[in-house]
Amino acid sequence: MKVKVLFFANLREQLGTGVEVVDLPDSASTVAGLRMHLMRRGGAWHEVLADMKIVRVAVNQDMAAANAPLNQGDEIAFFPPVTGG
Amino acid sequence: MKVSVQSEDFDLSTEVIEISMNTRTGAVASFVGVVREVPMTLEHYPGMTENAIKKIVEEARSQWEILDLAVIHRYGDLQPGDQIVMVAVASSHRADAFAACQFIMDYLKTQAPFWKKEHHPEGARWVDALASDDQAAERWRGLKQQQRLLKP
Repeated sequence: MKVKVLFFANLREQLGTGVEVVDLPDSASTVAGLRMHLMRRGGAWHEVLADMKIVRVAVNQDMAAANAPLNQGDEIAFFPPVTGG
Repeated sequence: MKVSVQSEDFDLSTEVIEISMNTRTGAVASFVGVVREVPMTLEHYPGMTENAIKKIVEEARSQWEILDLAVIHRYGDLQPGDQIVMVAVASSHRADAFAACQFIMDYLKTQAPFWKKEHHPEGARWVDALASDDQAAERWRGLKQQQRLLKP
């Protein structure tokens, strides 16, 4: 199952990428599953995505919880708490 | 009802005139946020940012009488003194205009995907989210519950 994954702000800088297509095994088809899948890459991926206090997730541009299901073609974004205004 | 996420500057007076066309308008409340001291870069999530602001606007419209409004938030590189954000709300009376304007700003601070990176002389630094901003947004929930209890 292919999903589009976006990273913003300090996550984008620390991971060195802003967008990529991830081929996700069907067994990992939730937000938490995708996060674990990416963390297994090790290094900065493990370090940055391990701390859920500083990572927010949106699925198809709506805020999503860890147990939110993912489907083929979904757009998932990882980002820190927002600081606009 | 105008919502715009843009790199260009804006003119508050022009926006206030635009939202004051309705002859029932008796009050316009506005807020402008300005860059303080340090140059910064504002990043956003194109698409989601606009939708998040529209949801906040809809929530405000469900609670207060809003005849028209304008919300503009900038992104990109900004210098000290530059305008970052504006909210202007037109209503029949001031209480709704003031409350809706503040509600929209408080929610925008905690719900709309923008991230500030400050460029200090010693290096660039991403701004940390403030607990006080969460508390500012949170107190409106209490108000909503009170209003619900007061209604017959």
